[in-house]
Amino acid sequence: MSGQKDQASKQSWQCCKCKIPMKTGKVRITYMGNDFTIELLKCPECGLVLVPEDMAVRKMLEVEKSLEDK
Amino acid sequence: MDHKQLLYLEEKCIQGYSPACTTTCPVHVDVKNFMAKVKAGDFDGALKILRKVLPFPGIIGRICDHPCQDVCKRREVGDAVSIAALEKACVQMSSTAPDKIFIQPKKDKRVAVVGGGLSGLTAAFDLSSKGYNVVLFESKDRLGGSIWDTPEEILPRKVIAEETAVLVDLGVEIRFNSTVGEVVSLPDLGRDFDAVYLGLGKISEHTFGLQLDQEGRLQIDPLTFSTGREGVFAGGGLRTSPGYSPVGSLSDGRRAARSIDRYLQNASLFAARENEGSYRTRLFTSTEGVELLPAVVPDNPIQGYTREEAILEAGRCLQCQCLECVKACKYLAHYKGYPRKYLRDINHNLKMVKGNHTANKMINSCSLCGLCQEVCPNDLNMGEVCKNSREIMVIKGKMPPSPHDFPLRDMQFSNGDGFALARHEPGKNGSSHLFFPGCQLSASAPEYVDKVYAYLREKMTGGVGLMLRCCGAPADWAGRKDLFREGRQEIVRLWSEMGKPVVILACSSCYQVFQNYLPEVEIVLLWEIIDRLGLPVVSAKDSPGKVAVLDACTTRHVKSVHESVRRILERLGYEVEELKYSREKTECCGYGGLMSFANPELAHQVIDRRIKESEADYVAYCAMCRDKFASRGKRTFHLLDLIYGADNMDLADREDPGYSQRHENRARLKDKLLREIWGEKVEEAQGFAAIRLDLADELKAIMENRLILVEDLQKVIDYAEKSGNKLYNQATGRYLAYYRPVSVTYWVEYSPRGENFKIHNAYSHRMQIVGEVKI
Ligand code: SF4
Ligand code: SF4
Ligand code: SF4
Ligand SMILES: [Zn+2]
Repeated sequence: MSGQKDQASKQSWQCCKCKIPMKTGKVRITYMGNDFTIELLKCPECGLVLVPEDMAVRKMLEVEKSLEDK
Repeated sequence: MDHKQLLYLEEKCIQGYSPACTTTCPVHVDVKNFMAKVKAGDFDGALKILRKVLPFPGIIGRICDHPCQDVCKRREVGDAVSIAALEKACVQMSSTAPDKIFIQPKKDKRVAVVGGGLSGLTAAFDLSSKGYNVVLFESKDRLGGSIWDTPEEILPRKVIAEETAVLVDLGVEIRFNSTVGEVVSLPDLGRDFDAVYLGLGKISEHTFGLQLDQEGRLQIDPLTFSTGREGVFAGGGLRTSPGYSPVGSLSDGRRAARSIDRYLQNASLFAARENEGSYRTRLFTSTEGVELLPAVVPDNPIQGYTREEAILEAGRCLQCQCLECVKACKYLAHYKGYPRKYLRDINHNLKMVKGNHTANKMINSCSLCGLCQEVCPNDLNMGEVCKNSREIMVIKGKMPPSPHDFPLRDMQFSNGDGFALARHEPGKNGSSHLFFPGCQLSASAPEYVDKVYAYLREKMTGGVGLMLRCCGAPADWAGRKDLFREGRQEIVRLWSEMGKPVVILACSSCYQVFQNYLPEVEIVLLWEIIDRLGLPVVSAKDSPGKVAVLDACTTRHVKSVHESVRRILERLGYEVEELKYSREKTECCGYGGLMSFANPELAHQVIDRRIKESEADYVAYCAMCRDKFASRGKRTFHLLDLIYGADNMDLADREDPGYSQRHENRARLKDKLLREIWGEKVEEAQGFAAIRLDLADELKAIMENRLILVEDLQKVIDYAEKSGNKLYNQATGRYLAYYRPVSVTYWVEYSPRGENFKIHNAYSHRMQIVGEVKI
């Protein structure tokens, strides 16, 4: 569910609708009134994004917790 | 609960107050820390502690009349700690030089100290350290006064000389052979000096025309030590005669010096002097379970304690403190402090506008169980404080959303169409009683709801209605008064429509909610009913054995329930073991107050500790307690397992069904009851709920930790399949999609398998991706 296989397979994700590979790009995210721009894989056409598991359960969780206590 | 109330509560916690020995000592020697140093063999460190308040430790250490020992807590479990003998051993064994005395900048005021006994010496010491010009008048040719009555073997003259020499270092001018009243008169002193201290000792025949009391002694104000004459203060032996207390004289000199300092600075003589001299401590210290130990007797009584003996004797000191609540509550112990400190942190946290609210997690981790109040000598209830704090945080918009979001949605589910129901018994158009099983029993063991409802209908003739929903406890615990009020109103409305029946509850938390917030409703717990009306099934069991009762914290004060539960168990043939923390002193399972959501690790520790209380199988009468203990591997029955489960001992090993199954169980229960009792047709699941998933156990466990429900996955897949917004991985043939049905974004990696969807991974985040995809 994570690890190397995950890394390798990340490369081959493509947008189902637009039928094109995901590319790194800027994505705006927000939490409790705070805005951030981060680099994520996203569909260059329709903007569908990919938040990998590792980012969701670590980095994002960490930031969420610290913003909640502000 | 405002700032003032928090300060008031802070005052209730007496942890950290000085023990009886220290408050009874007229100069407040820090006996407890002194004992700790001696115990550690650090006699130099111990002497330092004495020096902090004793200007002449070598003298007092040898002759102190030790009023501290009379009140030593150790007396309850052995002899008082031999404080005086240990002080003596300390001053005999350590000879470290005193730290340099810090003398304040010289002042232009002059003070006359009359009498070179302990009180005069101390007054001279304190006043000269404060920078005053002090002249000491001594009628004899030596300093010390009454201490010379002590035999030389006990108080070597060398010690007197050495210790009183410090006054010379401090710049005190000493005039020997100068009897005031003979060589100089008091009016002379009044002219030449700005203030006068009279420390004449017990044998003085001079009264200088000052006011006397009935016994012919100088009249001295017991708080300020002022005499009838302005600028003239007095104390020491003349105040206490014919009795004599060396340490009392020392204290008098010190307190009079404090008055003189205030007098010369035109400050109030009276303000903030409550705790001077001997006073009663407010500290509570339990000696329960402390081993009884007699005093260590020195091998050579004349010599006193040897080093080793002293270390042993100091080891008997209890290091008095309270911490009753901290001993009882794992949560309070976890944050490494005690309520007084926590209250300060909470106060700060609530007042703070910007910055890191570091106490948030602490406030949200309390189980609100109230055990602290039961064990606190001053009835301080930290649960109430934490709950009030949560309400304030919610109102101020400062409540972190993540700890309570999930349980509040669970409550919403229980009060929605998926579970909520209110009916009269079929065939009856009224209800004398209303069964309210609660959301957690229905989630954990729905079959019992069915069975109990049948039992109640059979036993009661006036009609037993049924109400399925959540009592609102999660909203109450989360500080969400708004949500709680909504739920409460709905219950009251439905209950009124049903003719205000007596409500039969099967959950202690529901009971607490009804008791506190729905006083208009007459309530009774199921266990009292079963106790009264008899067991539903009478199954003969051969020696079923011993069980230990886990009383529910939310009914800690409902004695009748404790009794009913135990009578039921006895009737079932069980031997009941009482846990250390039971009945009104029971502990929470970690679900209360939503502790397990705010701080899952701590909730686990709470249960793990409680598991160690007994080897016996546990029996709970709260479904949440049952599941929480079982989930940590403790064999735990629900009381209904023993009532309905015949001899099935495996029921104690039943696993916690998990969050998804809990929803499912509630929904199925409602459908089943509607079909079987009210004969209604129930529609098949539609929409996302019809989506079928293949889920490996390992993944289920991960979802449980991440608080992701099966229905969340169904919603994501439903959305992705309908909208086409999903990613495809050619290498693995899997799809990845995300959807945000609530304030959480769920991600699912899946692949279609025939009619079903195989789930490979699921995770979530609360942050929101802005700029949703064009559809
Ligand atoms: S046991 Fe120790 S701390 Fe407690 S009163 Fe006695 S000497 Fe003081
Ligand atoms: S029981 Fe706890 S709150 Fe009460 S006085 Fe003792 S330490 Fe303080
Ligand atoms: S968990 Fe219970 S005993 Fe501990 S502080 Fe909270 S209310 Fe008091
Ligand atoms: Zn696209």
